[in-house]
Amino acid sequence: MIAHSIFFYTFSIIAVISAIMVTVSKNTVHSVFFLILDFISISCLFIMIGAEFLGMIMLIVYVGAVAVLFLFVVMMLNVAQQKNQWFASQESSGHIPVGLIISTIIFFELIIVIGGWKYKPDLFDINNTTNNFSVSNTHSLGQILYTDYIHVFQLSGMILLIAMIGAIVLTFRKREGVKKQSYLKQISRERSEGVELLEVETNKGVKIDD
Amino acid sequence: MTEIGLGHYLTLGAIIFSIGIIGIFLNRKNIIVILMSIELILLAVNINLVAFSIFLGDLAGQVFTLFILTVAAAEAAIGLAIIVVYYRNSGTIRVEEIDQLKG
Repeated sequence: MIAHSIFFYTFSIIAVISAIMVTVSKNTVHSVFFLILDFISISCLFIMIGAEFLGMIMLIVYVGAVAVLFLFVVMMLNVAQQKNQWFASQESSGHIPVGLIISTIIFFELIIVIGGWKYKPDLFDINNTTNNFSVSNTHSLGQILYTDYIHVFQLSGMILLIAMIGAIVLTFRKREGVKKQSYLKQISRERSEGVELLEVETNKGVKIDD
Repeated sequence: MTEIGLGHYLTLGAIIFSIGIIGIFLNRKNIIVILMSIELILLAVNINLVAFSIFLGDLAGQVFTLFILTVAAAEAAIGLAIIVVYYRNSGTIRVEEIDQLKG
């Protein structure tokens, strides 16, 4: 239990500090790196609490895909020139006190809800499926994911497909002056316009019309 | 204090959620950091779902965390595509200068 609490506090302190650094970091690339650190520590927490599959999926999806996508976009767009302009800009807008007030109110509301939470006494006794150690977390998750939640699962696949199509359509553009392969032109070419037979006279050669 | 319960995880989720909200409000720099704050908020929701799922012994929470992960990935892809297109059209992604809708 001591080790459990030590690991919990370590990972959660790292997660909170890196979440703060995501928002206040001056350089956007540093923000992305702190986001990666945040995801890694939270997925360590997930693995520690017993949700190994989700922890690994978090690592693969967030650190492997989403954070790299963020990093790619940050490096592709020219945001390096904005490095020294922090959120406190020249004209002080009224966003900072409003944001602080709203987020503190939300935080205390959540804390009040958590503190006032009363568990039903028999809640921890019923259907402890996760404490069934004969079946691993991944196994049991797959057993209900592909049976009870199969329609939602397929729907999430559709969401990913639509997101992929949307991202491609949004960023697609036609450029002028770029040499491209045109399949229609290639397959609709006749022999007569491609090959020409010429009578070559000796010592004169032919003029090739290019 | 040494017994880590459901409340600890929910408190961690609340803290990260609030930091994400602060990030959305405070940010004057560029719009990518706002997207990252949204990712933080979704992460806090995931923490809550997984904690409830483990401590109440119901796997439905973890299944829904998986779906939230899917939606978050789709949202990041679409959002970043929109940002790239906007940058290509207007040359800036600073939050203060994005005022075409006069909001």
